[in-house]
Amino acid sequence: MTAPAAAAGSKPRVALFVTCLVDLFRPTVGFAAVKLLEDAGCIVEVPAAQTCCGQPAYNSGDRADARAVAEGVIRAFEGYDFVVAPSGSCAGMIKAHYGELFHGDPNWWPRADALAGKTFELVSFLVDVMGVTQVEAAFEGSVTYHDSCSGLRELGIKAQPRSLLGTVDGLTLKEMKDTDVCCGFGGTFCVKYGEISDKIVSKKTKNIREAGAGTLLAGDLGCLMNMAGKLKREGSGVEVRHVAEVLAGMVEGPAIGEKRKGRD
Amino acid sequence: MQITSPRFKKNAHEALQNPPLQKAMGNVEVNFIGRRAASAAALPEFEALRDNARDIKNHTLQHLDLYLEAYERKVTEAGGHVHFAEDADAARKIILEICRQKGAKTVTKGKSMISEEIGLNQYLEANGVVPVETDLGEYIIQLRGEAPSHIIAPAVHVNKEEVEAEFRRVHTHLDPKRDLSEPTTLLAEARGELRAKFLAADVGITGANFLIAETGTSVIVTNEGNGDLTQILPRTHIVIASIEKITPTLNDVGQILRVLARSATGQEMSVYTTFSTGPRRPEDPDGPDDYHVVILDNGRSSMLGTDFEDMLRCIRCGACMNHCPVYHAIGGHAYGWVYPGPMGAVLTPTLIGVDKSGHLPNASTFCGRCESVCPMRIPLPKMMRHWREREFEQHLQPKAARWGLKTWAWFAKRPRVYQLATRVAMGGLGLMGRAKGRFASLPLASGWTTYRDFPAPEGETFQAQWAKRRKAS
Repeated sequence: MTAPAAAAGSKPRVALFVTCLVDLFRPTVGFAAVKLLEDAGCIVEVPAAQTCCGQPAYNSGDRADARAVAEGVIRAFEGYDFVVAPSGSCAGMIKAHYGELFHGDPNWWPRADALAGKTFELVSFLVDVMGVTQVEAAFEGSVTYHDSCSGLRELGIKAQPRSLLGTVDGLTLKEMKDTDVCCGFGGTFCVKYGEISDKIVSKKTKNIREAGAGTLLAGDLGCLMNMAGKLKREGSGVEVRHVAEVLAGMVEGPAIGEKRKGRD
Repeated sequence: MQITSPRFKKNAHEALQNPPLQKAMGNVEVNFIGRRAASAAALPEFEALRDNARDIKNHTLQHLDLYLEAYERKVTEAGGHVHFAEDADAARKIILEICRQKGAKTVTKGKSMISEEIGLNQYLEANGVVPVETDLGEYIIQLRGEAPSHIIAPAVHVNKEEVEAEFRRVHTHLDPKRDLSEPTTLLAEARGELRAKFLAADVGITGANFLIAETGTSVIVTNEGNGDLTQILPRTHIVIASIEKITPTLNDVGQILRVLARSATGQEMSVYTTFSTGPRRPEDPDGPDDYHVVILDNGRSSMLGTDFEDMLRCIRCGACMNHCPVYHAIGGHAYGWVYPGPMGAVLTPTLIGVDKSGHLPNASTFCGRCESVCPMRIPLPKMMRHWREREFEQHLQPKAARWGLKTWAWFAKRPRVYQLATRVAMGGLGLMGRAKGRFASLPLASGWTTYRDFPAPEGETFQAQWAKRRKAS
């Protein structure tokens, strides 16, 4: 891995915000994030007192609980140089919404703002902050990349994952139609309005299948579980992984929604 | 108009099971999005124009009372009349009264969403005045007895075969063997039918895209020229518009026009942009003898100074719904009242109450594409979230959802308990899902598994694995 920023000065202390979905469903993504950050020259720590960024409460209109959860995040993470999450949605919550959540609060607003300023989504952190231009990983096959909404529109993540994927040995990127259109996940939306969500994800899986790639990648586990769940329901053989797994070369385990190899 | 927003889910279900509607909605995605993108890309200053348009409207809203008064003065000076209507009922009565004074039997109408908002057509009909919609899309849905499903393309949900069937049903005086297979033949037929109605109308009613305070001018943008015939031919012209249409100067309107059509249809300008100021002057070759403007509030002034004030910048271009995945999936009628899509999800709760329209701000993935294309930079997802907050405060959400949220929050606020509980839960779930890697059904998760499989967790949580590694090292 090439990381000029890290070579220039002392190693930054980075707190990994694992995100609740990665913690619970796909720990591999967390370990991939740790590897990528360490390779980029960071000292990685995982604060134990973390659960969730508070977005489920925030987007359900429950500001009091959202604030209570967010205060926990601020306390646990404000002592580090950077906070990095393998999710545009969770990083976007801290970066783009904590300020609004604590707006006007003399104690918490400045702390929320300070945390927002040093919080990043994983891949954009590697490229934009650490100056990473290539990864040492190999992946034999073609992938297509879905731009998750929060990362794309709140954090401007589009070029960064593609630039790093371009340096993975053996990997070909086959873009799908409408990469920037929502997959229909939307947090609780996908169960509250399941039928509408299904229509939206069906359009997405059609575009994924038509791209002709063997693997679908994205940077947010919620979107990935939604798309993987639909692809598997449709009987598609397209494998689904978080982009960090491929960038870190950690693709030995089963893809999302797949069984372990050799267990029939 | 009957409100069906409370049964939004049923409406959406019916829309998803309606193949002609689904076919028509496919056209929205294809037609509007590419054209807007191309026209925005072709104009280097487009983003700066958006900032400017936002600033003009913000300034206007800060001084709305002054600009409304200035506008009224100018209209009066030009010989016109301004009527302020606090609500829909007041607006309807003012318009009917003018029609009665003129002894009007028929009125022609240009496209107006405010007319839909106040249910003007039904009211006029019930009182013996025949309204004739002259915008092609509005004409089609008036024949079909429907409401618009889109704010600038009211018949976007109708396919051309359905228009042909409707014309054959209604235009029975025409040759039944005529060829109506092409959109142009449909257009020509509608034009022929409407010509006589334009000439016969006693009153013409139009909406307004802008009301200019500086000059007392109302402005409409159209592509068919029907608005011009509606406001010039009859002896009386009534403009119906809401308070936020006020714009300070002619120059300001010029600025906002540059983002309006580009955002709406991808045109640089719409085909017609028509300015009218007062009734016909002695030296004018044509124009109405009487000119009235009905300015509707209907709850909008209560949005000033609140979380929802930004919504009053909306210029009704339709870009938000053109880019909305939920709108694409279900069309406009499912939203259950006049205004569909993201702008409707914010505006409708103000106008009919969040208790009736709570589904609308909830039925969004918060993908943010609406805000990213809004020419007035209205933070639509943020305001939908504010409506969710109002619902939460008023305990309007389903009990199960509230209970689920509270349970989750209880754990999320207690990291140690949370990690212990999730360790056990994910271990169990991981074990259960090991054989297949996913679940085709799961108790309490049918909202998910009805439509897609549920990927199984890998097993041990990250936190548990990380703690073990730390101990070992």
